[in-house]
Amino acid sequence: MPLELDSKVPDGDIDTMWENHKFDMKLVNPNNKRKFNIIVVGTGLAGASAAASLAELGYNVKAFTYHDSPRRAHSIAAQGGINAAKNYHGDGDSVFRLFYDTVKGGDYRSREENVYRLAEVSLNIIDQATAQGVPFAREYGGKLDNRSFGGAQVSRTFYARGQTGQQLLLGAYQSLARVVGLGQVEMHTRTEMLDVVVKDGRAVGIVTRNLITGEIESHSAHAVVLATGGYSNVYYLSTNAMACNATAIWRAHRRGAAFANPCYTQIHPTCIPSAEEFQSKLTLMSESLRNDGRIWVSKKAGDTRKAKEIPEDERDYYLERRYPAFGNLVPRDVASRNAESMINEGKGVGPLKNGVYLDFADPIKRLGEDTIRERYGNLFEMYHRITDENPYETPMRIYPAPHYTMGGLWVDYHLMTNIPGLYAIGEANFSDHGANRLGASALMQGLADGYFVLPYTISDYLAGMLGDPVVPTDDPAFTEIEAEVADRTNHWLSIKGTRSADYFHRELGKIMIAHCGMSRNEAGLKQALIEIPALYEEFKKDVKVLGSAETFNQSLENVQRVDDYFQLAELMCLDALERAESCGGHYREESQTEDGEALRNDDDFAYVAAWGWTGDPGKADLTKEPLEFKYVKLSQRSYK
Amino acid sequence: MDLTLQVWRQSGPNAPGRLVEYPAKDISPDMSFLEMLDIVNEGLNTQGIEPISFDHDCREGICGMCGLMINGLAHGPQLGTATCQLHMRKFKDGDTIVIEPWKATGFPIVRDLAVDRSTFDRIIEAGGFITVPTGSASEANLTLVPKEVAEWSMDAAACIGCGACVAACPNSAAQLFTAAKIAHLSLLPQGQPERWTRVEAMVDKMEEFFGSCTNTGECETACPKEISIDFIALMNKDYMKAKFKNRRLVSQTG
Repeated sequence: MPLELDSKVPDGDIDTMWENHKFDMKLVNPNNKRKFNIIVVGTGLAGASAAASLAELGYNVKAFTYHDSPRRAHSIAAQGGINAAKNYHGDGDSVFRLFYDTVKGGDYRSREENVYRLAEVSLNIIDQATAQGVPFAREYGGKLDNRSFGGAQVSRTFYARGQTGQQLLLGAYQSLARVVGLGQVEMHTRTEMLDVVVKDGRAVGIVTRNLITGEIESHSAHAVVLATGGYSNVYYLSTNAMACNATAIWRAHRRGAAFANPCYTQIHPTCIPSAEEFQSKLTLMSESLRNDGRIWVSKKAGDTRKAKEIPEDERDYYLERRYPAFGNLVPRDVASRNAESMINEGKGVGPLKNGVYLDFADPIKRLGEDTIRERYGNLFEMYHRITDENPYETPMRIYPAPHYTMGGLWVDYHLMTNIPGLYAIGEANFSDHGANRLGASALMQGLADGYFVLPYTISDYLAGMLGDPVVPTDDPAFTEIEAEVADRTNHWLSIKGTRSADYFHRELGKIMIAHCGMSRNEAGLKQALIEIPALYEEFKKDVKVLGSAETFNQSLENVQRVDDYFQLAELMCLDALERAESCGGHYREESQTEDGEALRNDDDFAYVAAWGWTGDPGKADLTKEPLEFKYVKLSQRSYK
Repeated sequence: MDLTLQVWRQSGPNAPGRLVEYPAKDISPDMSFLEMLDIVNEGLNTQGIEPISFDHDCREGICGMCGLMINGLAHGPQLGTATCQLHMRKFKDGDTIVIEPWKATGFPIVRDLAVDRSTFDRIIEAGGFITVPTGSASEANLTLVPKEVAEWSMDAAACIGCGACVAACPNSAAQLFTAAKIAHLSLLPQGQPERWTRVEAMVDKMEEFFGSCTNTGECETACPKEISIDFIALMNKDYMKAKFKNRRLVSQTG
């Protein structure tokens, strides 16, 4: 059955649309706001900023995180920066240009109106964060400094050393802590959402598990906001934190929320290559390194010489050669694919031949080691600690790794899913980045959604519910799902198989990276759609989880997440198979230009793929939301 | 390399705990400390022994979730390093490694090596913020911040809230954590209006849960972000001043 998807994009010109729409939306009187309860799940950039803003407005907010503190969310690890069209440097930036770069960077697979609004509110985000005391880098005159990032020819990225995500998250966390202290937010830490409750077609609450006591609880509200991040951990090895997972959005999907563009995964070009089989995650080196670092490999395949021994004229600075206008700052998908092709040609570097060089010898000569240390010191240190190699002396080795997922729950212009009352913000939704996310835009979207979009749009929904009580948690809608969640949780302990959930997760990751990774093809995807269900069957019979459901049990937390990954993985492959074009983070080998660049097919694929749950992720139901481009002319993306 | 682990096992906050010996075999020196524990846990799971609980998440040294006492040292032997960024190459084949949780009354044990650090959130809730409702901020460049000040503030703001400072302190004091947040905000022009109420509220809240500072400096040594105890001096000075300033404000208004 096709889904009914109404994007609720207002009429009018794009540059005045959001401003006008804010006037058109219904408001909730300040005295009435306290009559509404809102649940926010996840307290990263999007969740913390939303919970804080909604509480400041006067709503009753309950916030949930599986961490011991909201300050741990993985937004904290974003290093490079946050974009904003401030044009402080007078280098030609504008809201329109940021909008244009983002639509183009996303390979024309995002909704123009959402992206324009994102560019517009980017200005407020910098003001808000600065006022909160985020210690952004400064010029000597005391004004904000910025730098440039991949996919842009202007300098619009604001940063706080290599810890921008950390500082922005702490800003949002501190705002949240303030309202928690004032009693305006009820904070639930170490609590994981395991299902969403839908009654009469509306989201009315969630069911959670207290990770310390194992208690299954229901929480009821007028609206539920999911801000639970991305699902790159489906690949096992990714740049995500270990606990990042897809459970919240997957459970929402199973309750009827459309899942959009699941196949769009950003494979980030600058990660430290994996060292061995036991590796638990991949560490991202900030993209900002590409501002100064130069990427190269030896011109000769199978070269075993050390970097220093390879003379200048035997080095291939392949990005500078192939993309003279953007050079090392080409967007992430382009940089990633080029690194992969160098390695496939046998030019990989490092002990496992699985990296390319990111070399700072030139900039150190030009700018001095002190300047480089000031700009990237902490990243260099981190690299040194992990690899035992000193990047001031020898080039870093980098390789692409699964990073950010542009897919997620389908949302309309109000950031509401197709289930009324259920919102998805930040990385958990699909909305703003299209098929590829530009650097320094994740922080921007998380905060835009939480601070400056949702607080406006949610009132439009709530205003119509004035006087409606929340559904009591002893309603069958809740008790039935509570029982289901408890059964599902206990079930894993009863299997008593032989292998850990981690083992199956690793094996699933290998299938995904091989067939639904940096590049995909029909045969591989079909193969994955056979291998994943087969491995899933084994998992369900043979997984071994010890301990009890009534205590702190990390294996039990993990196994449920892996269960959801299996189902999501299948949907990702199905979506990738269906989309027989190349765009952004989705590169189909059958669809390329003569010189090996991604070839889009706008006639057949200029749509958002929104999948509906049918009971079998391999047979999910596709509904297409057509995309129209009125302001950014569809053109072949070129960074030459 | 082959190692012997002595790991603190405790099934719950009120259960008795003890050190239990486990072998860790075929450990690669390129493995991180937590990856070594992953391998040990896989082995335990296979043998039907419940895996060791430990807190961790980003494994990039930034979320502050991990933290173990390794041979009596918070985050182990490598200075300026969180546990997740400690690699096995810092140990020798045949070593015995003692692994314990953070020990402090301010951080009750959850299970095995995982502890509850929510007292840190209570300190932040008491005043570790700048009051700025969403949407009310003025244009960012209207507030000038000298570069040196921004850098100094950032040095303090780099705190990851892991709790190593408390774990390393013989008095289980939380001065370094609290001072880092106070200094981050009070150095900036944006932080001035609430400077004196903030320091008083945060220090008073801290003292509800944690011990007193006797300037031993262990906190600075253990801090994975190498945050300076100079910030504690700054906090103490502000606290002292606040006691006078805040009192005068009271007398003026009342």
